[in-house]
This record gives sequence, C-alpha cells and structure tokens, in this order.
Amino acid sequence: MFVYADNAATTKMRKSALETYVSVAENFFGNPSSLHSAGQRAQEVLTDCRTRMAKALGAEPREITFTSGGSEADNQAIVSAARAGARKGKRKLISTAIEHHAVLHTLEKLKREGFEVVLLPVGTDGIVRLRDVEEAIDENTCLVSVMYANNEIGTLQPVEEIGALCKARGVLFHTDAVQAVGHLPIDVNKTGCDYLSLSAHKFGGPKGVGALYVRRGAPLSSLIEGGAQERGKRAGTEDLPAVAAMTVALEESLKESERAIPYVTALRDKLIGGLSKIPHCALNGHPAKRLAGNVSFCFEGIEGESILLLLDDKGICASSGSACTSGSLDPSHVLLAIGRVHDVAHGSLRLTLSAENTEEEIDYMLKEIPEVIETLRNMSPVWRDLKAGKRSFLL
Amino acid sequence: MALYSEKVMDHFRNPRNVGVIEDADGVGEVGNAKCGDIMKMYIKVENGILVDVKFETFGCGSAIASSSMATEMIKGKPLSEALALTNKAVTEALGGLPAYKLHCSVLAEQAVQAAILDYYKKNNIPYDPALFKDALEEHEHGHGDEEA
Repeated sequence: MFVYADNAATTKMRKSALETYVSVAENFFGNPSSLHSAGQRAQEVLTDCRTRMAKALGAEPREITFTSGGSEADNQAIVSAARAGARKGKRKLISTAIEHHAVLHTLEKLKREGFEVVLLPVGTDGIVRLRDVEEAIDENTCLVSVMYANNEIGTLQPVEEIGALCKARGVLFHTDAVQAVGHLPIDVNKTGCDYLSLSAHKFGGPKGVGALYVRRGAPLSSLIEGGAQERGKRAGTEDLPAVAAMTVALEESLKESERAIPYVTALRDKLIGGLSKIPHCALNGHPAKRLAGNVSFCFEGIEGESILLLLDDKGICASSGSACTSGSLDPSHVLLAIGRVHDVAHGSLRLTLSAENTEEEIDYMLKEIPEVIETLRNMSPVWRDLKAGKRSFLL
Repeated sequence: MALYSEKVMDHFRNPRNVGVIEDADGVGEVGNAKCGDIMKMYIKVENGILVDVKFETFGCGSAIASSSMATEMIKGKPLSEALALTNKAVTEALGGLPAYKLHCSVLAEQAVQAAILDYYKKNNIPYDPALFKDALEEHEHGHGDEEA
C-alpha cells in the first residue's frame, strides 16, 4: 500500500489545476506585458486570476502580489514593514519562536542590520499568548509576524485577536498563512492582517508560485528589481500557467473545505487516538486547536530518521523534526519551543493528511507504525535503559 | 531512496549482530541522546579473538547501518585487527555515506574501541592509551554542513 501522509511538505496537484496549467501554458503563452493581442490575452487571464484570488481571501485585486511562493512572500512582507518602520525610527520586530525559517532567517538578517527582534515563546500547547504579544508591543515596534498555523505541529494561533491588537496599537501585522490557506476559510479582514503569505503547492496548486496579500496603504518594497510587473513591486515575467493553476486550486479547495474539513479531522483524530496507545509517546501541539490534517508525535527511545526510512519501506511517506532529517545539529526548533527536550525531540514523527487519504490508509498506518516503533526500540540502548529504570521516562 | 547506498539500506533494514551479550567481556557506549545517536557495543573475547560482537543503536539509518557493518568487520578477528578498524573502512564497506553522515561511521569506530578498552580495563591488561585516543575523547558531534 502507498500512503502519502506528508501534505504539509507538499500536496499532489489537483487535476483541475494541472489541466489549467497545461491549457494556459498552451493557449496564453504571450507575455502579459506585451502590447500585442497574444500579450493582452495573457494579461486578461492574469487580471482575472488576481480578481479571483482576491475574492477567495476577501481582499481587493490590487492587494494581491504574485510571488514565487511562501518564502518569498514572507521575506517581502517582513523586509517591507521593517524598511518602512526604520524610516520612522521604529526598529523593533516581534514574532514567535515557532515560525518557519522563511520568517526566522529574514528576521535574523534584519537583526544583523541593527533591528531589534523579539521572538515570543509559546506554551507547551504550541500557542503564543496574547498577553505576551500585548506586552511586547511598544512605540518602537513596526511589525508583528505570527503564523496562522504551524507547519510541524499544526497549532492554530489566535491571529484574529493578534490582528485586532495590532490594529489598536497601530502596528503592522503579518501572518504566514502558508499552511492554512486552502485548508480553512480565511478572510483577510476578519484576520485583521496587513500582510498574508500563501503558497500554492500546499493546497493542490503547483510549486514555485504563491502570493502576498498586502492591505491597501501598507508599505511594500520590491525584493527583485528589473521590471514593472506587479505594480513595480515584483519584477519578472509572471508565471501565468502557475498563477492560473493556483487560482483554480484555491477556489476548489475552498469549495470542498466544507466537506473536507470534517472528513480529514475525523481521519486525524482516529490516527491520533490509535497512535496514542503506543507506550511512552506524546502528541505535539494542541489536541483541538490544530490543522485538520496534522498529526505530530514524539516517541521516546528512538530517532526520527530511522522511523521515516522504515515507514518508507512500508510505502508510508511521512516526515520528522529530528536533527538527522534537518541536516543540522539540533532537532526542530518548534519541538524545542514547546518544551520537548533534545532526547525526545529526535524521535518525532509528522503525518499530514488530506482529503485524498482514506480510512483504510489510516488503519494501515495504525498497523504498521507501532511495529516500526517497536522494531527500533528493540535495538535501542536508550530504550533498554529506560525499561531497566537506568534512565527516567520523559513521556 | 537515493539518500543512502543499497549497502547502507541493507544493513539498516537487516542489521547484523543486533542485541545484547549478557555476560560480555567488554561493553562500550559512545554518543549521547541529546545529539540523537548512541551506540553500544558488546564483545566476547577468547584468546585475543572477538568470538562474539553485538550492538544496540539509537540513531538514524546510517548510525544503525554503520554499527551493523562494524560488527561484521570485527567479528572473529583478533583484537589488534579490530582496534585498527577506521571509520573510513566502515564508510567504504558501506559503499559511502553522505558527508553529513560521516560522523556515524566515526561513532562506530569509537564504539569498537570503547568496548575493547573496557575489556582491557576489566582484565587489568596493560594497553597503549594512544591506541584509544578517539574513544577516550569526548564525543565530538558534527553533522557537517549546517547550512545545508
């Protein structure tokens, strides 16, 4: 059996999106900046996509800037707000310890340039406290950036409350909604954000395309120079087939979400319930305030990469926040931020579901995963010490 | 999976000599759980020959494969030969490892040395500390290029 349970990494393209991609590439190959008819026909498609993307988010068409994906959108939003803030003498940026690296590394870069960066902690449930945000905001603050939903543990953040708070304090608010868009109904006005980042391949669109919502009046500077595309804020010939495919994927995702959310949530909860029976494990993140498809566990006494390799042999595609899978010395910064110590964080497993998954696949995973965990524990000296009482169980 | 060679995957999927020797003559444990890998090596020695070797590993695929390969390379061999086992030899026998996984083979070499050192100490056998330089050192952990 083949089970794809890594939808937070990327999703399979929707058939409608793939068909749109091919048809637009074939029939609207003109450069939208060209004056001739082929260019103008492409321009019309681009305008139509912008209008529809805006509508899907409750925004105005001019508030949508197409980008190469979520990382670029995150970079551009944060850098734009920081540059504008610096011009007014405001050089403080507030975010959280569990953001995606597209946000964290951009903040680190700005910190090296002299900005003050405050990364707020999260509780063991993976949620940032509103009070911490409130207390961190001061007269020097130019931006608050808090993700809508976390990519590793799926936790949903209180973005609407943070948005209202930022509005009241006159501070710009960015939300990295890469994991949320297409999975939850999102209205930028309800969220109260000034910037929102999204990525097409997380909701059945193609890779290499995304968008940045920028509230009218919020500062926006370009990262890429060289042309007047995207109102001069993002040079480079538009990837029209990708933009069109993203638009179709988002519309279809939202149309289906009423049915998909309860369906995927039920699969998730069945998987969580079943995996929880494995001794000495723990669910990461809030049990209910989480993305419909996110299942994240830590298993004591074993290491994540070896779990993934054995699961891959069984046809199960999953991911982990262990150091060995991240290519760095430390395990996931998100797992450390929710209080998992290194020893335990190395043994993490993330399964992210979509409406394409079936109950049969959940049953299959519930049969195979406990066996894999047991196999690895049986060859682990840490597990032996834990069982012998020479080492204390943490989970 | 292209990450590892067929040989690594074979030793990971079907590790040789996995387990414990209850009445081991020497036991060596290297690495630490904080770093995400621990190797424990158990040896049985008769007339200077490693008549049995077993291992337990907490770690990634290459850590498990490296320890499995190391046990296969030293089992039945004289102690002097086992002590000469290098991480390079383990890596080569595995058909290579990704650069940021090379420390796994280092750990395997150190685990073998630590087990033999333990045997020498338990039996009051004089030894040349220079031979155990690696095993005596603190586990220096590096996953290679952190920027990757």
